[in-house]
Amino acid sequence: MSVQVASMPRIQIPNVSLLAFRVWQRNRDVYLNIWRAEIVWPLVDPLITLIALGIGLGDFVELPVEQSYVEFIAPGLLAAFPMWIAAGETGWGSFFRMENQRTFDAIVATPATIDDVVTGEILWAATRACISVVYILVLATAFGAVDSVLAIFVLPIAFLPGLMFGSISLCWTSMARSVSQLNYFFAAFITPQFWLSGVFFPLSELPGWVQTVAWFTPAKHAVDIYRGLVAGEVEVGHLGDVAWMIVVTGIFYCIAVFAMRRRLVR
Amino acid sequence: MEPGIIVANNLVKRYGDFTAVDSISFTVARGECFGILGPNGAGKTTTIRMISCVSPVTAGDLSVDGMAVQKQPRRIKAILGVVPQEDNLDPDLSVRQNLRAYSRYFNMPADIARERIDEVLELMQLTGKQKDRIDALSGGLKRRLTIARGLINEPKILVLDEPTTGLDPQARHLVWQKLRLLGQQGVTMLLTTHYMEEAARLCDRVIILHRGKIIAEGDPTEMVERFAGRDVIEVLVEGDERAAVLRQLEGVDGVTVEEVADLLYLYVRGDNGFDVSALNLDEERVVQRRANLEDVFLKLTGRGIEEDQ
Repeated sequence: MSVQVASMPRIQIPNVSLLAFRVWQRNRDVYLNIWRAEIVWPLVDPLITLIALGIGLGDFVELPVEQSYVEFIAPGLLAAFPMWIAAGETGWGSFFRMENQRTFDAIVATPATIDDVVTGEILWAATRACISVVYILVLATAFGAVDSVLAIFVLPIAFLPGLMFGSISLCWTSMARSVSQLNYFFAAFITPQFWLSGVFFPLSELPGWVQTVAWFTPAKHAVDIYRGLVAGEVEVGHLGDVAWMIVVTGIFYCIAVFAMRRRLVR
Repeated sequence: MEPGIIVANNLVKRYGDFTAVDSISFTVARGECFGILGPNGAGKTTTIRMISCVSPVTAGDLSVDGMAVQKQPRRIKAILGVVPQEDNLDPDLSVRQNLRAYSRYFNMPADIARERIDEVLELMQLTGKQKDRIDALSGGLKRRLTIARGLINEPKILVLDEPTTGLDPQARHLVWQKLRLLGQQGVTMLLTTHYMEEAARLCDRVIILHRGKIIAEGDPTEMVERFAGRDVIEVLVEGDERAAVLRQLEGVDGVTVEEVADLLYLYVRGDNGFDVSALNLDEERVVQRRANLEDVFLKLTGRGIEEDQ
């Protein structure tokens, strides 16, 4: 009798194939069936924010630079709302597919692996982030908050923070035992980034140590790049932000794969 | 002789200290319907999860169509059709979209998928339902769709985990009819069930699992003959009367007696039979019937309810 290894080693390079794209297609099909319900939040939230904060509150705000407040927050919103969308997709969305609909079980019964599923889910989260970037770009342009045609490059670049937030959120999802446990992640990680990543006020207003902490928050790097693009002032330093996000995405993607194997391959 | 399309050799599955599958060996021949029976928690689902390459093997050898499950899971999964116990259809997709999404996991091109979807819808009598939402389907329709989905890749082996659990009698009979049809078409089928009737109707060969071990194996009819005999007489009798009946039965050739709560089970073997009127009991307290697989099952796995499972 030959004896094999007790179980598939969890720490090994992701076994991903083009079937990850099939998972993405499945999510796209569902989205195309229910987009009417899915369009409201990504569209209405930024719109209200632009009106309430950009125009309403904006009149009372004096910025250190010559800029209207709506112009100041627009690039930040391009980062902040898609962050919510991507994290929500691999948060509540993936959890629901995994636990309630057992969609992951159905998929891994085919030639697809759990690694393909994880990859497809994250690719879809990034796609959703880009879709919401389109809405916000249109809204921001309508509010006169876009100064440069370079702003159009936010769209392809937004895929990267989409992957990043999708990966980070899926890591948490892979460990969550119930839907309510997902709330911790959103309350403790996503919401603080929404308010404290330089979206609504320049981080330079805050004490030095807070700025140091802010450097470690993923959203800050997306905000910095978008500010440059929307204002037409791209710097070499933005490459550093891109590199930062690539590294973080890679790390959390691998953790998500290992954690999902641990949870589902039993 | 061909080695068999599924070959398990000393197959073991452990979860920590718990041994779910305890060194079992069996072979499934090409084209046969093979049943895995057993009470809940016996290791049926774990066994087929290992065969489906979704649960890693702890020890032993397991090959499907000549490929080891540890080495070529993707290629094995490409020739399997899996029908899980729990429905995991996509509720946000229509019947047809469910099949299309599934066909893509097998890298089926759109035009071939379209034809194949039409075929499986037809086969499972779902053509008229193809635009329906999943929520609108009854349990029986959902199960037929899940079977249709399992057939999308023209699998060499169809793996069914309790295919009719939770269905009403009509739906169950229709599923059986469809599965027999597939059997006639030469599809190898591996199914788990705890419905003995289902195993007797569908399976060419069965194994009975109990606490992770195979406790009996063979052709269902032959197993009934071997373990339960030809007829079973159930006698409702208690107290002093029971003692009297038992005395009468002592030393009767070809009759085995089992006492269960308020009932006596008499397993009658051989051609001579047993004349029940000799016991002098009221007719309504005596039921005489043909032995079936359920008798085998209960005899072998015990009549007590399995605790903690």
